[in-house]
Amino acid sequence: MAWLLALLQTLLFISSAPLLAGWLKKVKCRLQNRRAPSIFQPYRDLRKLWKKEPIIAHPASWIFKAAPYVVLSTTVLTASIIPLIAVNLPTAKIADVVVLIGFFALGRFFLALAGMDIGTAFGGMGSSREMTVSSLAEPAMLMAVFTLAMSASTTNLSEAMKYVLDTGLVLRPSFIFAMLGLMLVAVAETGRIPVDNPTTHLELTMIHEAMILEYSGRYLGMIEWASQIKLMIYGVLIANIFFPWGIAQEFTLEALGVGAMALTFKLVVLTVLLSLTEVIFAKMRVFRVQEYLSFAYLLTLLGMLSHIILEVQH
Amino acid sequence: MSLFFAYLSVAASLASGVAALATDHRVMLDRFADLILRRWPRQQDQAGVLFSERQFAESHRNSLFVLLGISGVFAILAGATAMLNGSVTTDTLPLGLPWLHWHIRFDALSGFFFMIIGMPLCAVSLFGPGYVQEFEHGKHSLTVLGLFTGLFVAGMELVLLADDAFFFVIAWELMSVSSYFLVAFQHEQASNRRAAFLYLLMAVIGAMAIILAFGVLAGFSGGLLFDDFRSVKLSPVWASVAFVLGLFGFGMKAGLVPLHAWLPEAHPAAPAHVSALMSGVMLKVAVYGFIRFTFDLLDQVMWEWGGVVLVIGAGSTLLGVLYAMMQHDIKRLLAYHSVENIGIIFIGLGLCIIYVSEGKSQIAALAMVAALFHCLNHALFKSLLFLGAGSIIHQTHEQNIEHLGGLIHRLPKLSVVFLIGTLSIAALPPFNGFVSEWLTFQAALQAGGIHSGVLRSLVPASASLLALAGALTATCFVKLYGVVFLGLPRTRHAANCHESPHRGMLAGPAMLAGLCVLLGIFPTPMIESLNIVTGQLLGDALPGASALGWLWLTPVAPEVASYSPSLVLVGILLTGWLCYRLIYRRGGLEARRAEPWDCGFGGLNSHMQYTATAFSMPIRRIFEPVFVVEETISEQKSGPDGFNTDTLHYQLRVSDLSWGYVYQPVAQLVITLSRWVSRIQTGNIRTYIAYSFFTLLILLWGIS
Repeated sequence: MAWLLALLQTLLFISSAPLLAGWLKKVKCRLQNRRAPSIFQPYRDLRKLWKKEPIIAHPASWIFKAAPYVVLSTTVLTASIIPLIAVNLPTAKIADVVVLIGFFALGRFFLALAGMDIGTAFGGMGSSREMTVSSLAEPAMLMAVFTLAMSASTTNLSEAMKYVLDTGLVLRPSFIFAMLGLMLVAVAETGRIPVDNPTTHLELTMIHEAMILEYSGRYLGMIEWASQIKLMIYGVLIANIFFPWGIAQEFTLEALGVGAMALTFKLVVLTVLLSLTEVIFAKMRVFRVQEYLSFAYLLTLLGMLSHIILEVQH
Repeated sequence: MSLFFAYLSVAASLASGVAALATDHRVMLDRFADLILRRWPRQQDQAGVLFSERQFAESHRNSLFVLLGISGVFAILAGATAMLNGSVTTDTLPLGLPWLHWHIRFDALSGFFFMIIGMPLCAVSLFGPGYVQEFEHGKHSLTVLGLFTGLFVAGMELVLLADDAFFFVIAWELMSVSSYFLVAFQHEQASNRRAAFLYLLMAVIGAMAIILAFGVLAGFSGGLLFDDFRSVKLSPVWASVAFVLGLFGFGMKAGLVPLHAWLPEAHPAAPAHVSALMSGVMLKVAVYGFIRFTFDLLDQVMWEWGGVVLVIGAGSTLLGVLYAMMQHDIKRLLAYHSVENIGIIFIGLGLCIIYVSEGKSQIAALAMVAALFHCLNHALFKSLLFLGAGSIIHQTHEQNIEHLGGLIHRLPKLSVVFLIGTLSIAALPPFNGFVSEWLTFQAALQAGGIHSGVLRSLVPASASLLALAGALTATCFVKLYGVVFLGLPRTRHAANCHESPHRGMLAGPAMLAGLCVLLGIFPTPMIESLNIVTGQLLGDALPGASALGWLWLTPVAPEVASYSPSLVLVGILLTGWLCYRLIYRRGGLEARRAEPWDCGFGGLNSHMQYTATAFSMPIRRIFEPVFVVEETISEQKSGPDGFNTDTLHYQLRVSDLSWGYVYQPVAQLVITLSRWVSRIQTGNIRTYIAYSFFTLLILLWGIS
């Protein structure tokens, strides 16, 4: 029963990710006084990409073809271990939050290799930048996670959420720092403004798009879907770790419904915040990203220190 | 039983060394052949084949490596029996000084490190025959290579067996000196001679520190046996002196920053199978020495030591990977990664010291298990990568990765094996490198209970450095794999290479790759068996490592952290297969091959690819302070106002900070001191007579 529920939750997760992307685009268009496409447009785009004939460059090896499958399956697996609308699901035990960071790294590794596979300047440039940005983001993310894990004395996501639920609404300086740091990391890792612009194809500014420039057809569709799921993963992580209220603790229909409603509300708020920042800020120069990410690291480090100094009882 | 296997292993490696001496003694064999022919003239044809030049060379070469392989198998057997029994065997060999015979002790810790020697050794024995073939017709003699490889392996195994300081140092020096000859093997290149000298120099200095560290213990205990050392109680100051000397000596051999300078010079200079043994195994012997000295011989540990080891380990991890990023020589890059991985091991050991001194023996056992498991993992994947690099160099004769490219189409099997090594060292799930880093993180996360506030914040900070280093390792290996195996071939050598005809050259690395995958997916049995080691060493173990069953890894408790690599693999395969079925099989069109996107200009060639230098440029700019960068652009211009650029030269040299800040000042100091001392050497006979006279005078005064 619980495994079935976990499976259903994963399916819900991955199928609603394009919806979140569509909603994000809609909010952003409204803020920029533009007419928005329907929020179901990402589904249509994905369907179109899956139907199209993919084109593969001559020098490509099996890595190029395998990478989208690896990226999509690691992302789906990550989605399956994150509590979405209910905690206590058995899948959360398969991997803890450190492994989750490892999953992202695995997918990124293959995507960066695929960028190098064709032997063009664009792919290599994108891989180099993507790996650089993510290697600076990873310590900040881990530090944020450690702050949480040391408070809850567990790295299991489900257990950590239950800990926050049980202790109730307590003002913790460490959590605020960790959340701000994690938000900055999330922006960098999902390739949003001000770190990367997902809609650009200007070679000097591309990061993620340069790496996947050679992809087309169903391969591109898989990568797009994976990045939509990844965006949602970060949203759910921030929403459910720091504001887990409303999440279902028992598996009744009523509790699950409340959980779904609460999650929708939290994600709506977060996407509005994200689109506001995207509208207000301009994209940074590539070599300013390190300052941005070291600021994120500094925030999470402050979170850790304030946890150690202020919150640990002896 | 286990000790018997260990002796057999040492004997087999010594036999391999002795057998190598026969290389240059073909004359004796010919005489033997003549003898046979004279007696049975009818077998002339068969004997002709049997004793032909080629046949002799091949069987001789194979026999050397078969003996090494036997040594490896017995080492694994010895280790496995010692770890399964949990018994401690002691023995005394009738060798050595008349009043101090060689004392032998074989416990679970030695057994575990025997396994670390054994597995790469088996792979090397498969890889070696094909690889050394090219040395046969060169100016180098296989005698030297075979003899010192055998002595080197025997030396490492004897270090693990030693139970008195005297024997330990002899075995240690045997290991160091024989590997010196291996580093100096291709001595016609000046850089190799320089590397070998630097290696010998630092090995000697390290050994001196180790002897002094033993000396402190021997001075207080009055004996040279390790049992005497174990029972002696030292004052905190003397214990710290001994510890610092031990850390210096063993750390120098292990390659901790800033004592690592010999490592990236020496490892690339040696032949590939020796580099695999040096990087994969010899550094682990140094780690063994440190563990034996700190946790077994010293009666207590202090938290300050743990802090020092943690900081040095974290520094080595980060600097090792950053310097590795800048290397374009494939073997130097791998050598710098050894510095990084040794740093990870020492982070685990530092955590272990901290938790032991805090009295949290169970978490200390976790940190120790993480460090030991990483020792094993690093031995596997680093040997694999060095052997793979040896294959690449053997097939392409290119050591600079900027001259390679596109090898995945030319060496398809090797590229898969190498990819597994790459994924393992980059600490990606579900491979083995990830498991040990995950365990290190779990140990670091238990820092909440430490009393000292400084340590409580130091431990997570160093864990985040470990995360940074892990991500940078992934970047570095994307660079290595991407530039070497993917893209278009950059030179003719790379374009024309093909898979080696010798099957062993693939089988050796492939065996290690299989072990990497196996230990990555089923780590629990190995971790369970490490409980015996930590039990003997620290008196505690991880009782709940498989609380949810052997598919799950739960180092502390199921609700604190759990990881099931096998289920992760099943999940990845299942979702990957589903994606394939649903997206490709149902109405997906076949992919069409076309030219890559060239912005409409056409004519993309291999020189327009991203290079390794370009790939690592962002990292170089971001971490500029830790490098010494010399960047020069020289232009030759012509035409009015220098409008035309005729030639353009770009030169980049990135070097290690420690040379300028540590080694050169020390070298300068030594030179100044020796100048100062040399003043007494006037070269004038009268001065020396005066010296003798005054010396005699003082001696006489002393006696009377």
